Amino acid sequence: MTDSVSRCRRYRRRILDISQRVTALHIAPAFSCTELVDVIYNETMRHDAPEDIFLMSKGHGCMILYVILAERGILSDEDLLSYCTPSGRLGAHPDFGTPGIAASTGSLGHGLSIAAGQAYAEFLKGSHVKTFCVVSDGELQEGSSWEAMMMSANLRLGNLTMIVDNNDFSGLERMSIGHPAFYPLTQKFESFGWSVATCDGHDADSIRTALASSDGKRPHAVVATTVKGKGVSFMEHENLWHYRSPSQAEYAQAIREVEQT
Amino acid sequence: MRNRFAETFFEIATNDSRQCMIVADISPAGSMARFRDEHPDRFINTGVAEQVMIGMAAGMCQRGLRPFAYTIATFALYRPFEMVRDDLCYQGLPVTVVGIGGGVTYSTLGATHHAQEDVAIAMSVPRLNVLAPCDPLEVEAMTRWCATQEIGPVYLRLGKAGEPKLTEHIAQPWEFGRVRWIRTGGDHCIITYGVITKMVVDLSEELTSSGISTSVLTVPTLKPLDYEGLAEALKSHDSVTVIEECVPRALGMEVQSLAFRIGYGGAVRTFSLQDEFIHCYGSHSDILQAHGLSLDRIIEGFKMQTK
Repeated sequence: MTDSVSRCRRYRRRILDISQRVTALHIAPAFSCTELVDVIYNETMRHDAPEDIFLMSKGHGCMILYVILAERGILSDEDLLSYCTPSGRLGAHPDFGTPGIAASTGSLGHGLSIAAGQAYAEFLKGSHVKTFCVVSDGELQEGSSWEAMMMSANLRLGNLTMIVDNNDFSGLERMSIGHPAFYPLTQKFESFGWSVATCDGHDADSIRTALASSDGKRPHAVVATTVKGKGVSFMEHENLWHYRSPSQAEYAQAIREVEQT
Repeated sequence: MRNRFAETFFEIATNDSRQCMIVADISPAGSMARFRDEHPDRFINTGVAEQVMIGMAAGMCQRGLRPFAYTIATFALYRPFEMVRDDLCYQGLPVTVVGIGGGVTYSTLGATHHAQEDVAIAMSVPRLNVLAPCDPLEVEAMTRWCATQEIGPVYLRLGKAGEPKLTEHIAQPWEFGRVRWIRTGGDHCIITYGVITKMVVDLSEELTSSGISTSVLTVPTLKPLDYEGLAEALKSHDSVTVIEECVPRALGMEVQSLAFRIGYGGAVRTFSLQDEFIHCYGSHSDILQAHGLSLDRIIEGFKMQTK
């Protein structure tokens, strides 16, 4: 399926367009998980009622979710145009109550516990609803993430999938340099009772395979190798672009590069 | 209080499959153990892990369940404070956080187990409703209300065990957001809440028998505060005295502020826990006394100022 490539090109362009309307925007964290959120939301989740749950635990990556929600008509174009303005309803972090937003996130290390609660509630109800939760590698440094991982496995939440946007960056530095003991990741998840699959987080086929490998009997982790700022050469692996809007010239170059992908 | 809470929850949850209990490694006594045995799916022990206890409660509530998150007050409110704030209050979810041993009830366990600031902290968080029952009857009424209300998150501050019934013969039922008169007709009003209400009733009787007639008002709902009811209490008494098992920035400060706003002419006294960690181990009243909350000291202060 090549649709994902064209969708993601469109999403990146849209995010760059919005970046020109505001002084700052989390571009790189959204570009890091563009393909991940696309494949989960547009191909993996069931959207007929009762709809599967998508929870963006790395709240700062929410631009990719916003543009997908707008494309699907859950949010409006006006919502995107009024991003981070007093007349709008979309902020730099997702806010529960806004259509399509499963939880208010932004402070890291909260989403997985909430997702576990949502997944457990669906288990109690006997529903077939699945919960997909995107976390950043950085937020896995929070102890609360491991509390949630332990409980998800204790409760055998086969309806919960955690997708790790493993871009090797936290706010300050490269994770692998500043926190070498954070690795290896997959063995940690396995030892906590999760099934684990790895993938190239920018390759739709690889993502699909990793998502599909859940056995449905225990929580499933997809560790996706990603590039922060993916798609724009001067943003890739550059933490400067964690929260910054490009200048006009940078915007023009970024658009050119995104169009070529 | 603990047992009455468990009995009431058991009764409600038996008939309402949305009700869930999430605890963090606290032994389920009495009816709580029975609930765990009869409904193991709706009794979750997250272990020594309070952040996931609150986070999961939020997620379960978002999907239509009615969770109570239950553990010792310090661990229910302080340890997962940001989860209480963000996951419950920011998202506006009707989850009840039950803190056992509010104040300095765990009097032999040291300050790690003293929730001496819980009410002040809880009152400062937007949307968090704060309840502190004074006896098992209020515990029951509040638990029933918490289980089905749609207003938002609640911090329910309980004592431990053995608290006497104080509101059995009061005509006015407990009502969310309303103050309650335990004793009326005095010249001076004593305002309190929670476990120490029994001590305050004893105080009131002693003062009254020594010629200083006092009324006793409880404030079971610390937030939202019943400003109207409190203002009435001020206006109808020559002085008011707030006695609370909390550091100084809770009800006492609110009443002082209210008195200023309405131009109250009487004296306003406040007695609270000290803004200090007290390294003292003993009975509940020993710790209260070490903080300065002793009957003798309060009576002495009262008599000096009412002369």
